[in-house]
Amino acid sequence: MKLPIYMDNHSTTPCDPRVVDVMLPYFTEQFGNAASRNHAFGWAAEEAVDRARKTIAALINADAKELVFTSGSTESNNLALKGVVEMYKEKGDHIITCSTEHRAVIDPAKSLEKKGVRVTWLPVDKTGMVNPDDVRNAITDKTILISIMLANNEIGTIHPVNAIGKIAKEKGVLFHCDATQGVGKIPVDVQAMGVDLMSFTGHKLYGPKGIGALYVRRKAPRVRLVPMIDGGGHERGMRSGTLPVPLVVGFGKAIELCAQEMATEAVRLKALRDRLHDGITGALEEVYLNGHPTERLPGNLNISFAYVEGEALLMGVKEIALSSGSACTSATLEPSYVLRALGVGSDLAHSSIRFGLGRFTTPDEVEYTIDRMIKAVNHLRAMSPLYEMAKEGVDLKTVQWAAH
Amino acid sequence: MAYSDKVIDHYNNPRNMGSFRKDEDGVGTGIVGAPECGDVMKLQIKVEDDTIVDAKFKTFGCGSAIASSSLATEWLKGKTVGEAGAIKNTDIVQELNLPPVKIHCSVLAEDAIKAALNDYQKKGDAASDAAQPATSKAGA
Repeated sequence: MKLPIYMDNHSTTPCDPRVVDVMLPYFTEQFGNAASRNHAFGWAAEEAVDRARKTIAALINADAKELVFTSGSTESNNLALKGVVEMYKEKGDHIITCSTEHRAVIDPAKSLEKKGVRVTWLPVDKTGMVNPDDVRNAITDKTILISIMLANNEIGTIHPVNAIGKIAKEKGVLFHCDATQGVGKIPVDVQAMGVDLMSFTGHKLYGPKGIGALYVRRKAPRVRLVPMIDGGGHERGMRSGTLPVPLVVGFGKAIELCAQEMATEAVRLKALRDRLHDGITGALEEVYLNGHPTERLPGNLNISFAYVEGEALLMGVKEIALSSGSACTSATLEPSYVLRALGVGSDLAHSSIRFGLGRFTTPDEVEYTIDRMIKAVNHLRAMSPLYEMAKEGVDLKTVQWAAH
Repeated sequence: MAYSDKVIDHYNNPRNMGSFRKDEDGVGTGIVGAPECGDVMKLQIKVEDDTIVDAKFKTFGCGSAIASSSLATEWLKGKTVGEAGAIKNTDIVQELNLPPVKIHCSVLAEDAIKAALNDYQKKGDAASDAAQPATSKAGA
């Protein structure tokens, strides 16, 4: 086993070597511009792009013509929200989204809010799930877009998107889904989900960074967007700019591998994830799961270790790459807004650790991580005045803290 | 963020980690911070003849908070009560090479020292009040 161990696969994933192999010729030999219609270099590039587009569309049960390549999910989300609001502003000025969305949806929505668009921020239950009835009740005759993510990046909770899609269809409102964490990990079918727009990206599914896509429905209904980037009219005018052919090819290969391996990989990851969870909770008291117990991404485990602070814990397991909802790990000094939206207390939000298992995670790495987490938590609990007080029978909720 | 070697050393080998009984003679206890804010420090001093003969800490917080309080206990030992009150958070920042986002950890450590000193003084006053009841208050 090699150190350090990478267990932060919600943040990004390594490019699969099989993906890199197919990309390489498109940097040097097949370097043509996919938009060059008059020579063999252009044709070769266009053919490669078409092939990748078909592969990607097939995985999500879409038509190849419905994919717009972007630089990644942040751009896709921005294009979906801003492009739809601008295009349909005559029809209405209201959008619905949720408090636990990724910042790449929250921030564009806030920016629209500043320009006068009304935004409904739906709450989530204590497992992190949006209630489809809340979506239904929030729809007015001025609602033009619903944007709810497929799976949450911190807690892995999978939203009931099929039900939300059905409501959107019934009410004639467009439905955008940020599926960044879900595509390639769990089955995604744009028809079954009833989505009209969907964002996803290459680097979360063992493809390269810098390439993503926005699915834009062409039939029933035909969705239209005002582009954010004007230029050569690439991607059916919705996103101009020369396509990064090597990245597109890599994205396609990455999707192809996910399609082949997803079913067995999900089972393997879930078993490793559950072993990690059981190994830790078997040896430590007061460890709390954040998120949904079952409706969750197979590689996700987000848990809070009472009485210890997340950043201190990460420091104790420096040779394992993990992530924490602790304020100390963020620039804002606020603990995770996702955990707060679940009703997790600030104290436990500060104590949270996110484990992101992936394709290259091995059973040895999981055993090593269990062992190191137990040691680090015990080290810090021995040092924790809160643990001491709790052991003495003090109810920490009743203590008058000198907040600073 | 990369931690300084000194912070890592205090984290791995905390100095004077532990607790005194709060009601023990000569012990002053300071507890500052709040769990909601992500850091709570408990700092205790044991005073004999105006000199801090021992100090202990327990901290819930990030590595820099742990290091700040661990360092504080090292510095407190051997100081008089008056000298201890002069320890400044900026001294801690300098010694541990804390980055700007971690300065609040050093502030908290200074607050914990002050709170422990206050508690010690208060206990002393209460003890002398108890020894000579009423009469000493007569003029007040």
